[in-house]
Amino acid sequence: MAEKTLMKGNEALAEGAVRAGCRFFAGYPITPQNEIPEYMSWRLPEMGGTFIQAESEVAAINMLFGASACGARVMTSSSGPGISLKQEGISYCAGARLPIFYANVVRGGPGLGNIAPSQGDYYQATRGGGHGDYRVFVMAPGSVSEMANFPRKCYEVAFKYRIPSMILADGLLGQMMEPLEFDFEPVDTSTIPEPDWVLGVNEGRKRRVVRSYDLAPGKMEEFNLELDSIHSEVKANEVICETIETDDAELVLTGYGTSARVCKSAMALARKEGIKVGVIRPITIWPFPEKIFSEIADKVKNFLVVEMSLGQYIDDVKLSILGKAKIDLHKRPAGGIPVAEEILGVIKQILGKS
Amino acid sequence: MYQGIIMAGFGGQGVVSGGILLAYSGMVDGKYVTFFPAYGAEMRGGTANCSVVVSSEEVASPVVAFPDSILVMNEPSLAKFEPKLRPGGVLFLNTSLVSSRSKRDDIETVEVPANEIAEELGNIKCANMVMLGAYVKKSKAVSIEALKKSVAKVYVKANEKVLNMNRQAIERGAELVK
Repeated sequence: MAEKTLMKGNEALAEGAVRAGCRFFAGYPITPQNEIPEYMSWRLPEMGGTFIQAESEVAAINMLFGASACGARVMTSSSGPGISLKQEGISYCAGARLPIFYANVVRGGPGLGNIAPSQGDYYQATRGGGHGDYRVFVMAPGSVSEMANFPRKCYEVAFKYRIPSMILADGLLGQMMEPLEFDFEPVDTSTIPEPDWVLGVNEGRKRRVVRSYDLAPGKMEEFNLELDSIHSEVKANEVICETIETDDAELVLTGYGTSARVCKSAMALARKEGIKVGVIRPITIWPFPEKIFSEIADKVKNFLVVEMSLGQYIDDVKLSILGKAKIDLHKRPAGGIPVAEEILGVIKQILGKS
Repeated sequence: MYQGIIMAGFGGQGVVSGGILLAYSGMVDGKYVTFFPAYGAEMRGGTANCSVVVSSEEVASPVVAFPDSILVMNEPSLAKFEPKLRPGGVLFLNTSLVSSRSKRDDIETVEVPANEIAEELGNIKCANMVMLGAYVKKSKAVSIEALKKSVAKVYVKANEKVLNMNRQAIERGAELVK
């Protein structure tokens, strides 16, 4: 494979999406993700694709609806405030079963907030985000390499199940540079078979309809139940999670994305002092690795959740563990970035070691 | 081995591109590296800065709150980052532009007349390379060879003459450290 390169997280994500087959991007600028549309603005035309700087976030997401309905691998990106604006369109895409892909490079909130790294959009990402009963496949990269390599999986899952998919990053992952290697060859988009639902010129085939509403009595309930069974399939097949040294652990640290990076360092510090600490790091945060948490909670009785938000991610940990272990929270919201030494201090406090 | 570095100056002094070069060189040497720019709410004419980590182990956070070394290119950056330098840390000071000196007795100062040397070599823009040369020689965070080799990889648009001037600037910086 190619030699290592040094890239900014945002650019790596954009290049990863292009390699994974993205040929249509519409977006509207917002810090800290501006390098994504900037990169796409020259890279996509190079690949015969289309880049549009839309007049607004609302326009951008509805452009995705159109392009996706025609079968393209599409993408948009934004940061919290912009993703909020896009939620109506995302919900419509979910309702129309369109496999869109988008990224949220999270900044501090609520409101206009700041431009610092944050994980405050966890609920928004993992609970659907817009109105209605739908879920989005959400991957949480923890390095520039993963920013580059996760878009491929997002498209794969989105097209397989016809659900939206997204990457939940943060300003730190977007802005930092790190060496990276792509773990896949660029997808040749001409070899991707056309799905049997895409719109286009109808040359004698059966009429196809892409829409997100159905007023006929009972039809929407039927559709929702169908979505439910799709969600169950995704939950059964698509969970990705990293566990490190949980076997002998007396305490398990857990976090995703940037927080997980710091958890790993805190684990190393603790182990150096003879404190047996493990790490669970969900890579998909929807579907959530419930089973893995539950199994580990049968053995380990102390969990420490680290998140750059006020206690959103911890809810999924609680729902997975169901009271089997004690859970503490270390939180650094809206620009606070956890520090390994700081976490080690909390671990010692919990375990009563000085 | 872990080195957290902050390089700071004003816009145009090559603080960000210097940081990227250092990170790239670390990668060439097989180290774990991160580069993180101060982005966003920076004032025009104010300080620009970036954090670089070079480590033999995976890097948890690219944010360097308490650096092991600071590369200070201008006066305001000294006031801003000197207090954050770890005890025992090294201050690389561009004495061409900074007249103040550190009053701390728990750090070491390496004085680098970066602008003067850069001007001697023909272009004031390579003052950042002089600083990096001094830093790398002193800290051994990356090899001088990797730094010089990476110049052509990072400044892809520069011609051979400019690249050579940058390599010379690195060497001149390194010579300041015995």
